[in-house]
Amino acid sequence: MPDSGARIAVRKTYKLYIGGAFPRSESGRSYVVTDHRGGFLANAALASRKDARDAVAAARKALPGWSGATAYNRGQVLYRVAELMEGRRGQFVAEVRAAEGLSAAKAETFVDFAIDRWVWYAGWSDKIAQVHGSSNPVAGPYFNFSLPEPTGVVAVLAPERAPLLGFVSVVAPAIVSGNTVVVVASERHPLPAVSLSEVLATSDVPGGVVNVLTGRLAEIAPWLASHMDVNAIDLAGADDALADDLAVAATENLKRVVRLADGDWSRTPSLDRMLAYLETKTVWHPAGT
Amino acid sequence: MPKFEYAPAPESRSIASIAESYGLFIDGKFTDTVDGRMFKTISPASEEVLAEVTEAGPADVDRAVTAARRAYEGTWAAMPPAQRSKYLFRIARIISERARELAVLESLDNGKPIRESRDVDIPLVAAHFFYYAGWADKLEYAGYGPSPKPLGVAGQVIPWNFPMLMLAWKIAPALACGNTVVLKPAETTPLTALAFAEICQQADLPPGVVNIVTGAGDTGRALVEHPGIDKVAFTGSTEVGKQIAKACALSRKKNTLELGGKAANIVFDDAPVDQAVEGIVNGIFFNQGHVCCAGSRLLVQESIEPTVIDALKRRMTQLRIGDPLDKNTDIGAINSAAQLAKIRELSKVGEEEGAARWSPQCTLPAHGFWFPPTIFTGVSQAHRIAREEIFGPVLSVLTFRTPEEAIQKANNTPYGLSAGVWTEKGSLILWMAARLRAGVVWANTFNRFDPASPFGGYKESGYGREGGRHGLEAYLDA
Amino acid sequence: MTATTTTDLRTFLHGLPGVDRVGAEARAAMLASRSIKTTAKQWAIDLAISMIDLTTLEGQDTPGKVRALCAKAKLPDPADPTAPKVAAVCVYPDLAHVAVQAVKGTGIHVASVATAFPSGRSSLDVKLADVKFAVAAGADEVDMVIDRGAFLAGNYTLVHDEIAAVKEACGQAHLKVILETGELATYDNVRRASWLAMLAGADFIKTSTGKVSPAATLPVTMIMLEAVRDFRETHGRQVGVKPAGGIRTSKDAIRYLVLVNETAGEDWLDPDWFRIGASSLLNDLLMQRTKIKTGRYEGPDYFTLD
Repeated sequence: MPDSGARIAVRKTYKLYIGGAFPRSESGRSYVVTDHRGGFLANAALASRKDARDAVAAARKALPGWSGATAYNRGQVLYRVAELMEGRRGQFVAEVRAAEGLSAAKAETFVDFAIDRWVWYAGWSDKIAQVHGSSNPVAGPYFNFSLPEPTGVVAVLAPERAPLLGFVSVVAPAIVSGNTVVVVASERHPLPAVSLSEVLATSDVPGGVVNVLTGRLAEIAPWLASHMDVNAIDLAGADDALADDLAVAATENLKRVVRLADGDWSRTPSLDRMLAYLETKTVWHPAGT
Repeated sequence: MPKFEYAPAPESRSIASIAESYGLFIDGKFTDTVDGRMFKTISPASEEVLAEVTEAGPADVDRAVTAARRAYEGTWAAMPPAQRSKYLFRIARIISERARELAVLESLDNGKPIRESRDVDIPLVAAHFFYYAGWADKLEYAGYGPSPKPLGVAGQVIPWNFPMLMLAWKIAPALACGNTVVLKPAETTPLTALAFAEICQQADLPPGVVNIVTGAGDTGRALVEHPGIDKVAFTGSTEVGKQIAKACALSRKKNTLELGGKAANIVFDDAPVDQAVEGIVNGIFFNQGHVCCAGSRLLVQESIEPTVIDALKRRMTQLRIGDPLDKNTDIGAINSAAQLAKIRELSKVGEEEGAARWSPQCTLPAHGFWFPPTIFTGVSQAHRIAREEIFGPVLSVLTFRTPEEAIQKANNTPYGLSAGVWTEKGSLILWMAARLRAGVVWANTFNRFDPASPFGGYKESGYGREGGRHGLEAYLDA
Repeated sequence: MTATTTTDLRTFLHGLPGVDRVGAEARAAMLASRSIKTTAKQWAIDLAISMIDLTTLEGQDTPGKVRALCAKAKLPDPADPTAPKVAAVCVYPDLAHVAVQAVKGTGIHVASVATAFPSGRSSLDVKLADVKFAVAAGADEVDMVIDRGAFLAGNYTLVHDEIAAVKEACGQAHLKVILETGELATYDNVRRASWLAMLAGADFIKTSTGKVSPAATLPVTMIMLEAVRDFRETHGRQVGVKPAGGIRTSKDAIRYLVLVNETAGEDWLDPDWFRIGASSLLNDLLMQRTKIKTGRYEGPDYFTLD
């Protein structure tokens, strides 16, 4: 018979998101995530290099299906993610507040930006080819056209601050055009990213298209930067010293490296990130009877 | 008596609720006419009355244009594009949610088979809104300058052959670019436009952004000539299109026209025959041939004519004509008594001109407007049925010898909307595509539409493009 | 046509009209959207049951397993004896004699696979011995596999001559020729292999062994139905079609019947000209059949295993 004590909450366990499932780290490790005042928030999984390896394998496996889907279909899936984010708005606001100590109004603004940012990217899926492709008027009886195609598996180091809006702003531009992603969430504030994984898992995003690792950036990032089956890397979350090392390691298989001076995540982005993950294929075909 | 009789498989009507009577949708509400009158809309498959609909008078049109102007200046043009975008996404989603109901409504009002409205029309409607929703906040990337502006209020008049799809082709890009609209659906097919009005309410679209004024030719004229309209968009017959072009020439209104066609569907001797036959059938019998871009002239290479015609006739015997709400129906009703009369008249002309007429055996229902799928062989360019748009399930078959001759015959028409090319040779496809004077060339396929793909005609098939990045131009001050 | 050199065969086969994949798949998908209800569905279900080659082709097959299969073939639904019998049982050659004994007097055919099924990778002598062994055991139908390696290497004569030799070794038995369409990869190849098999004397052309994925699909079967239609037109001989593998539900089976109806035509809507190679399909058809009678959704406990 319950007496006058307060209800004990059922606390969430924060796990990794790999291949559409939520495993703990294979290393069995976790680390403490604190709020902006240093108080305990949760134990997040501490990803190992093997988790990173598995995530890359999952991303590679998911690539043919995701890049082979129609642009329309990808746009629909991304829009569905935004719908579910909207439905969970309250939860995201609470997590962002706890992480960064923002006021309710400020946190709501950021969450709204994140949702709208996702919608903005969803609408790009079936337009990139029209803006970044062309038919080329070569001098000869040939039909010649250039098409953008996704580069493949992209490693993303999410920004340290802006744990939701920054995360969305570095992940969406990679997947909208058909790439798959392994993203390392903000080390200090990983929880909104894990909640977003739950949204991804329930919104028709195929398993493996986005894989989320939480843990020590300096431990995990070098394994991704040097991985020979990763095609591109976004160094947003790395400080200059680490970023230099990672950029050098990335040259081993000539990864496409994104290293932008990101400032205010609330401003509408340029096309830089989306275009960075696109290759251009040019096709020639004669015209004759 | 066929061995395998497909039992009746009717789609249920009850999902589409039709009111007894409809007013006009102006400024976000349904409202009675002030100077118009009521008329009936019927189901062309059975001639039963579906509902009473308003024929808007000039004062009604004026109210609608005023509401659109107020919404444009008050809320819509100044609205942050990302917010405009989200309204359009909402509309797209609601259309998907109500897809089945809308498909039934469309088939009832238009006569087209439920399979087509369900699998082609309505999904494309949702897709158009979804596609253009995404452009609303990306116009600076569309290639029309760093900050392109809308035109203002668009007056849009659409035909009866793809009622809701034509509505989507008009309204989605207009709204995405920041314009407000007054749209007049065709007099024989108003119901899905009126359902769309309800969808705008469900999406909480600000009042006056979309206005629907039902009516016939007079209402359309009043709308197009209203001084408060900044942009005219018309899809319909070339005859009316020219009248509108004249009016706009004098009033200096920007306008786009999507008019008739007499497309050549060209089949070479190395075509994939079974797929080419599907393409021919799809090209002229899809939607009962009520398609501006229909492949109404089959140009078949002479050496392969007997093979193709035999296969075509065999294929045509499998076409199922009947109740549009039966899920197995391939060919539905002709949209109106007037259209049926026109098709019959031109078919008679075809016979008189000496072409050989053939239709498969079929039982046509007793009530409603019906015409069997028909081909005329032995047709030449000099025949009227090779020249005039019949807008029905009637195919004229001509032959050619060489690719150059195919080009000449295909282009020998005042129209220029679409063309089809069937061959396994890639170079030939590209060579033909470069020379066909048509806005849409389908190679080894036909009648394929997508919101990302620009559509529109050369010559007297009109000007302007709908769909794709190109489709934005019509609604921007560029 | 008696072209026997590889050049002649190649010229003929490569002169057949090509197949546009996208167009073919669109047509098959449209036919799959036909809505077959009430009386039509009932008729189609019964026809589908009567067209089944009830199959067990596993390394672990035993005489007991084969007898159980045959018992099921004879009386698919003990709760409803009005359910039709299947067309045939399909087994490995060394168990054919068990099947022959078990279905004696019922009119159910015994089809035996042969020719180093499923891979077809052995010498012609071994393959012919395999056929003769099956026929001697009493099989009245033989399902052979073509040499896909030879086909893909362009050695049409070898493929043709093997089929002709097997046909001869069959004696009175009907020959089904398995093309293994999943390995042929393109629809053009499927069209050519179909014609090759028919020119060499096949009584039936069959899609798959069921051991390779993809097995039967609607578009692939459509291409084969077009081939038998056109072959009868030009050569005056009717050949049957059998899709096999991956057909699990009544809905699938009915789609195949619609495909037959609107591609080759109703002359093929008969177990003598169209068969379905399947195992679990039978119970799904029986469940649907029973649902039509009772109006309830059925459960697997109420239908026997084979």
